[in-house]
Amino acid sequence: MSNLPNLNGITLADLKLGRRSLLQALGVAAVGISFGGLAACSKSGGGTAAGTGEEAKLNFYNWDTYIGETTLADFKAASGIEVNMSLFATNDELFAKLRAGNQGFDVIVPSNDFVERMTQSDLIVPLDHALIPNMKNIDPSFIDVAYDPGRKFSMPYTWLALGIGYRKSKVKARPDSWKVLFDSDEYKGRIALLSEAGDVFRLAGKYLGKSVNALTPEDIKVIEAMLIKQKPNIKAFHEDNGQDLLLSGEVDLVLEYNGDIAQAMTEDPDLDFVLPKEGGQLNSDTLCIPKGAPHPKNAHAFINNLLDAEVGKKISETILYPTPNAAAKALMPDSYKNNPVIFPAADLLAKCEYAAYNPKLQPLYEEAFTRVRAA
Amino acid sequence: MEDWKRGRAMFATVAAAPLTWLTLFFIIPMAVVWLYSFGTNRGLTDIDISGTLVNYQRALEPLYLGIFAKSLVVAGITTVICLVVGFPVALAIVFSTDRWKPWLLLAIMLPFWTNLLIRTYALMAVLRTEGYANQSIGWLHDRFGSIMPLVGLPAPGAYEPMNLLYNNFAVILGLVYVHLPFMVLPLYAALDRLDRSLIEASLDLGAGHIRTLLAIVAPLAAPGIISGIIITFVPALGAYLTPDLLGGPDSQMIANVIERQFKRANDWPFGAALSFLLMYATFIAIAFQAVKAKQAERRG
Repeated sequence: MSNLPNLNGITLADLKLGRRSLLQALGVAAVGISFGGLAACSKSGGGTAAGTGEEAKLNFYNWDTYIGETTLADFKAASGIEVNMSLFATNDELFAKLRAGNQGFDVIVPSNDFVERMTQSDLIVPLDHALIPNMKNIDPSFIDVAYDPGRKFSMPYTWLALGIGYRKSKVKARPDSWKVLFDSDEYKGRIALLSEAGDVFRLAGKYLGKSVNALTPEDIKVIEAMLIKQKPNIKAFHEDNGQDLLLSGEVDLVLEYNGDIAQAMTEDPDLDFVLPKEGGQLNSDTLCIPKGAPHPKNAHAFINNLLDAEVGKKISETILYPTPNAAAKALMPDSYKNNPVIFPAADLLAKCEYAAYNPKLQPLYEEAFTRVRAA
Repeated sequence: MEDWKRGRAMFATVAAAPLTWLTLFFIIPMAVVWLYSFGTNRGLTDIDISGTLVNYQRALEPLYLGIFAKSLVVAGITTVICLVVGFPVALAIVFSTDRWKPWLLLAIMLPFWTNLLIRTYALMAVLRTEGYANQSIGWLHDRFGSIMPLVGLPAPGAYEPMNLLYNNFAVILGLVYVHLPFMVLPLYAALDRLDRSLIEASLDLGAGHIRTLLAIVAPLAAPGIISGIIITFVPALGAYLTPDLLGGPDSQMIANVIERQFKRANDWPFGAALSFLLMYATFIAIAFQAVKAKQAERRG
């Protein structure tokens, strides 16, 4: 069970009723069963990778539709390391899984606020910048970010902005204000909001002219009342599949990420995306190495490879998310570089903020959201 | 059958495996979650089992009790519809010829072979605004609409698609669709063992079909009906995928709230308290029923 080093070293001292250690202790058998297959196949792998001295395997835990079509095969051809990719759907899923003990993942892709959470809870390890020379390709504005100053723990993979995706033929005017989603019956029954309490409340706060990181419990009460009033106009809370609801004609306006809408726009030219004039919320998905990763050297080599200009270009061509990789962006065609959906205008972006993780407010968001849905 | 007291070694051997399994994978993990329900969050990943009752206090607030009540109502409606629809289906299978019986049973069980998620997405494709249900009804509407002026009636307006998805109707439809086999199979098992001559006797003695069904068949099939109700109601009460995918803004059930505590809210103690509240309620109901049964026994 070389994949489970953190499970082997359990001492009695660890067995206090800490959530993680206890689950680890009790979950040894269960984890052993579910990841026995994984461990077995990494052992049968045999040969070691060129340069890293580790067995030629890597376990990559990624979002769905979030890698280039040939990226993993190209990496194997270049380094000999075989990447075994599994998928997660939400940051919460990733966090919940990792805090019960790393089950053998080498590279994970958490969003900015979860980088903060995982750093605080000691779930990710510092990166060795000497092993990631391609860090030089990253746009300098993405290096000193509030959630990870100096990029000690994470490398930016993509960034994204929450805004309004809509069907052009079904709206009277460009819906360039959050008002249409949060405070208006103009599009009654044709709206779908993201089912993320924090995002919905922060963006509604943005509509009210507040910073996404400066909401108070009083603000949350005001927003809650506004959303309860707005609820009859909302058709559904979606699980980050707003683009599908737009494509199937189920709703005409959704709260969604720009990259998702950009992907859907290639299928249906009647769709568009707008970053509202009040500004929005930025997110960034990053590459991190979880604590207890069985192949840390391979993980560094893989992260370095993903930050390569050519590799980054191929990824961006598939996933159409904005890239923080300046060298890769330079190689992209104008249809990507100058796409106002993927790269919204600079003056609008200036009004957007990254949401910091706030352990005090998160439960308040959740409870208020439960009240909104129960109302 | 040997008395287990005499065959202790034999009994221990046979019971060891399931008991170990039950202890390792059910009792211990449940005990841990139960302890969490008396805990407080210390930082992001550590829970301090402080013996606090704050989580239960919060779980008993009107907000969450309301969601409990709503879940009970949704599960109850689902169970009643399943019983009303499932009973004739089970009867039809019982009274079909031996050649057809296995095929009809197979048809009931076939959906089990497909993942719940896939079945739910298939239902979404049917119920969507531009889905198959609305398309078919719209087609019929247009056809009959073009006939109506011929017989002297005014032509109806254009077809307005119905809102079939993302509301409570869709949730109950989805739950009935998923849980119907759970109702039909125990009903079938109970009805199949029924002595047919009793039905004949009832009919010969002048009772109508409905009366025979209610006065003879239903009481005799009562154990099947009760187990059908229980194994439909309990999973429907804990349903979380169906309200998540088919429900509208106000279709959340208690399982959705519990899921959010364990994931987004990162509040395991509160999630544990909510889960165990449901279990306490079940235990109390069972204990209550046992006491009642004993009283009835004493009186009888």
